[in-house]
Amino acid sequence: MKVAQKTIKFLLIAVIALFTTVSFASESDKKHDDQNDGGRVNTKSEVEEYILHHIKDSHDFSLFSYTNDEGERKHVGFPLPVILWSSEGLVTFMSSEFHHNDDGHVIVEKNGLKFAKIHSKIFELNTGATAVSFDETHHATNANKTLDFSITKSAFGLIVIGLLMLLWFSKLARQYKTKKVPTGFGRVLEPLVLYVRDEIAKPNIGEKHYRRFTGYLLTVFFFIWILNLAGLTPLGFNVTGQLAVTGCLAIFTLVIYTISGTKGYWMHMLWMPGVPVLIRPILAVIELAGALIIKPFSLLVRLFANISAGHIVVMSLIAIMFTLKESLGVVGATGLSLVLSFFITLIEVLVAFLQAYIFTMLSALFIGMAVEDHAEAH
Amino acid sequence: MIGAGLIVIGAGIGLGQIGGKAMEGIARQPEATGKIQTAMIIIAALLEGLAFGALFLGK
Repeated sequence: MKVAQKTIKFLLIAVIALFTTVSFASESDKKHDDQNDGGRVNTKSEVEEYILHHIKDSHDFSLFSYTNDEGERKHVGFPLPVILWSSEGLVTFMSSEFHHNDDGHVIVEKNGLKFAKIHSKIFELNTGATAVSFDETHHATNANKTLDFSITKSAFGLIVIGLLMLLWFSKLARQYKTKKVPTGFGRVLEPLVLYVRDEIAKPNIGEKHYRRFTGYLLTVFFFIWILNLAGLTPLGFNVTGQLAVTGCLAIFTLVIYTISGTKGYWMHMLWMPGVPVLIRPILAVIELAGALIIKPFSLLVRLFANISAGHIVVMSLIAIMFTLKESLGVVGATGLSLVLSFFITLIEVLVAFLQAYIFTMLSALFIGMAVEDHAEAH
Repeated sequence: MIGAGLIVIGAGIGLGQIGGKAMEGIARQPEATGKIQTAMIIIAALLEGLAFGALFLGK
């Protein structure tokens, strides 16, 4: 398993290299601001825009950008493939063809169709149109959204983390066949796997059924946890802060506990025993709404809001450097933002684990409610 | 803005109650710490989901 070890070492080096380049870039930014040439991230609205841009998904993998001495805007990162299902069928090209433009001014022509990117959404221009025109509310009037299957930044993160997990866990599983004790990175994973099985799956689902669901719970736990941690690196992923991702995970849990529900579970939901007949339909409505809407919705919103809020807080604290520069001075503002963002990032590491734990725990709890035996009726 | 403040006040009172009562429980029965902690985290997570839902809808 030399390959896996090499991959991990390579990743470590890449992350360290990223840290150094990012810190170098922010330093040159500051120099720019000192000269007061209308530095970029200076005003509150620009900071706000920058943070919102980070929270959203994007079509490029952009690490950072800067303005060079000639006043040109340079972007460091790499383009990702854009895959569209347009009115003429499948269209693919690299996102670099948009040249980081996000307000629809750069038009990409492919297969005789014209495409423009407006606020991270790709629009297809109507036939005959050469430029996007906007109405007063800044909606495009001569372009329509296309079905977008692009490998965006979040999709890219999902794929990378998925492959890494496959590598780590298949290696861990293979090690148990030859020897009793895992080696290398497996030693970090083993106690966590046991923790999820013994502290989350077993007590919540019960001795009898927990084996069936442990696989799902483990997958969800590590998936959320590793993606949350990846979101804290300067790579700028915000995968678990995308409603689509958390919604999908919540739907998985919903489907699992709905199809594995026992007769007793449905009985208690639809025709609650032991209460007056007149109240039973009312209770059924409440129980159904709870099981089919409120439970998955709370799973979805909790993860999304926690991670997004965490990202916003970290970035706002970093932005103190720019917003409080006048009142505290460059050194004071930078020091304050450094201290605050350092400690909030530590808290975010805790939150990353906690949210993965809570999602898994509540999933286990809901599954446990669905499969438990109602033989000892009330 | 006022709504956000109210939500946070409500959630704060709720979390305080949960944490305080859990600690009283642990002080009375230290051997049940694990169970109390699990229940505490579940209730806190439910409360948090509610608070975030309200903040999310309010925005």
